[in-house]
Amino acid sequence: MTQPLLDVRGIAKFYGARIGCADVSFDLWPGEVMGIVGESGSGKSTLLNCIAGHLEPDAGEVFFDTRVDGMKDTLLMSEPERRMLSRTDWAFVHQHARDGLRMSVSAGGNVGERLMAVGARHYGDIRARAIDWLGRVEISESRIDDRPTAFSGGMQQRLQIARNLVTGPRLVFMDEPTGGLDVSVQARLLDLLRSLVREMGLSAIIVTHDLAVVRLLADRLMVMKDGRVVEAGLTDQVLDDPQHAYTQLLVSSVLQV
Amino acid sequence: MSEYNFAYLDEQTKRMIRRSILKGLAIPGYQVPFASREMPMPYGWGTGGVQVSAATLTPDDTLKVIDQGADDTTNAISIRKFFQKTAGVNVTEKTAEASLIQTRHRIPEVTLREDQILVYQVPIPEPLRFLEPSEVETRKMHALEEYGLMHVKLYEDISKHGAIATSYAYPVRVEGRYVMDPSPIPKFDNPKMEMAAVQLFGAGREQRIYALPPYTEVISLDFEDYPFEASKADHACDLCGAENSYLDEVIIDDQGGRIFVCSDTDFCTSRQDQTKEEAA
Amino acid sequence: MITVSNLTKNFVLHNQNSAVIPVMVKASLDVKAGECVALIGQSGAGKSTLMRMIYGNYLAQDGDIWIGKTNVVGASARDIISLRRETLGYVSQFLRVVPRVATRDVVGEPLMALGVDPSIARQRAENILSLLNIPERLWNLSPTTFSGGEQQRVNIARGFVYEYPAILLDEPTASLDAVNRSVVLELIERAKSRGAAIVGIFHDESARAQVCDREIDVSAFAPQVN
Repeated sequence: MTQPLLDVRGIAKFYGARIGCADVSFDLWPGEVMGIVGESGSGKSTLLNCIAGHLEPDAGEVFFDTRVDGMKDTLLMSEPERRMLSRTDWAFVHQHARDGLRMSVSAGGNVGERLMAVGARHYGDIRARAIDWLGRVEISESRIDDRPTAFSGGMQQRLQIARNLVTGPRLVFMDEPTGGLDVSVQARLLDLLRSLVREMGLSAIIVTHDLAVVRLLADRLMVMKDGRVVEAGLTDQVLDDPQHAYTQLLVSSVLQV
Repeated sequence: MSEYNFAYLDEQTKRMIRRSILKGLAIPGYQVPFASREMPMPYGWGTGGVQVSAATLTPDDTLKVIDQGADDTTNAISIRKFFQKTAGVNVTEKTAEASLIQTRHRIPEVTLREDQILVYQVPIPEPLRFLEPSEVETRKMHALEEYGLMHVKLYEDISKHGAIATSYAYPVRVEGRYVMDPSPIPKFDNPKMEMAAVQLFGAGREQRIYALPPYTEVISLDFEDYPFEASKADHACDLCGAENSYLDEVIIDDQGGRIFVCSDTDFCTSRQDQTKEEAA
Repeated sequence: MITVSNLTKNFVLHNQNSAVIPVMVKASLDVKAGECVALIGQSGAGKSTLMRMIYGNYLAQDGDIWIGKTNVVGASARDIISLRRETLGYVSQFLRVVPRVATRDVVGEPLMALGVDPSIARQRAENILSLLNIPERLWNLSPTTFSGGEQQRVNIARGFVYEYPAILLDEPTASLDAVNRSVVLELIERAKSRGAAIVGIFHDESARAQVCDREIDVSAFAPQVN
């Protein structure tokens, strides 16, 4: 492996004089999970959205290893290219499942959509793959024709994951994937994410304010405050031996159970 | 007759519509926006079709107007009389004798020729509208050829009903590029859309024109394991005996008695006349 | 295999007026393949600190830590991750796991991370769990509900299921009864004889005497108190 999967350089986003995020650079290699932590207003979601192409940054480049054309700056891609990328090689798991699902379409249709969008034309095959993926995210086959409105929050989130991963993306963005879920449901979801990341060799960028989530899921960590990265490194090292004042504050503020 | 410009619309409007038509013919299946005019009939009564016909008619044309296949419904008669008054063109009920046919929701059973034009009345031109309400988004989907959602709809049909339930306005793919709504014709008529005549589609309220030049490839969307079927009632016409025409079901008495008759009245009548001649 | 030289560390507590706490000065040690070196010294003298630094869990201010050809000091996160996956094992005092994962999968994970077929990984996990007297009925359960001694044995199983060339052991025999203690010592002996370099902290002097070839007193690296 001679080059990273993702090479982010100098991303910045301003809202007038206010800094959304600034000077963010990092690289991500296949199979790596990067956590971005910070409190509300730290700029972590802004950063994620800038990288994922949902927000247009004011500066910076996002190089991605497109299998066919090598490293390309996704910010310079044409819209059709970028939309195709986000349907195939990239995935985005939203905090609220309703932002990432079609609520009026059945679970099977939701999972099958990405397949149909890239040309799948055999109903039986599409349905079989949908059933397979629902199984992998522990949703019973009997629910395949139900709408997500009939699912619990945790199930909707797992459906969102299935919908995103069915085309075998190499990079997954997650914005507070366990936010708003019950603790036991969170545990299940984290376990699922870990095994999928390992089985599929995924790379992931996970934004969260929950340090416990990041310790379990992320190999590397970036800590953000006021739009800037104040510390970065190996997850366990940053959490066990924090160097920056803010990181030390963050770590010491976590309640012990 | 002298109070109206030929075919009611002013020449500039006709030119604008013709430009849209030419663009539509150049990009088969693509919805061209046009400046739809106020017509002397409410929206939902064929204003789009009428505007396209008005811009296309010449004094030498012979016009036929059908509504659900019939020449003698109120709408068909009103529109035919409208053009008789404002354009003074010859009119006919015989498909083979018409040079321009305006239709609501059916394609004539008789095969059309290269010297004929078929004008469709279209209510909702956007085939993706039911699943994606945003116009901005559907325009992008057409531009970027993102039609996965269309198959999601068909998938949902099969999962709910065991088959693709759409029976009219069945979506098609034109020349392998644009997905198009053929207007609410029964899916039985879809295969006919690969024809020798020019096909023009007008949606007045939605302000869109689209078109198919002769011999354009039009393929109804389906799945490999659920192929498209141009189905009709399993019956022959009770008046003319035709086995392969689209049928209307007509209730004839209060006991629920019913007959099936060809929806295309000219087709049916011609066959009946022929039978009488042969018998005579 | 493991070479530490001139290793120095401070803690800077920013939220306490940036107090600088030096904890290690110019630590050095050298462990060859097949050797087991014990770290000794009083509680708080820095044994665990040194071990964590070797593992890359703590940063060093100065010095080098060579594990084979990789210098942990200054290594990128990626390099340390791959070092931990392929070369350096660590059995800490505490078992930290994702809730809900079965014990056999917890133990098999280091092998699965290396691409070993999951069924083979689980088989090897089960073998080592049997060796450590963890009954079969527990293999499907998450170890979060186990007793301290059981958790410690799961931890050890995870550390020995793959044949790491270098292993760090932090109190591996604490909370174990005599039977299991001797199993663990046997595992350490086996690792030594296949050429692993081991650094261990053993409170239990007899265990230390049994498996360790040398002792290093970390108090020698403590900062001088003025």
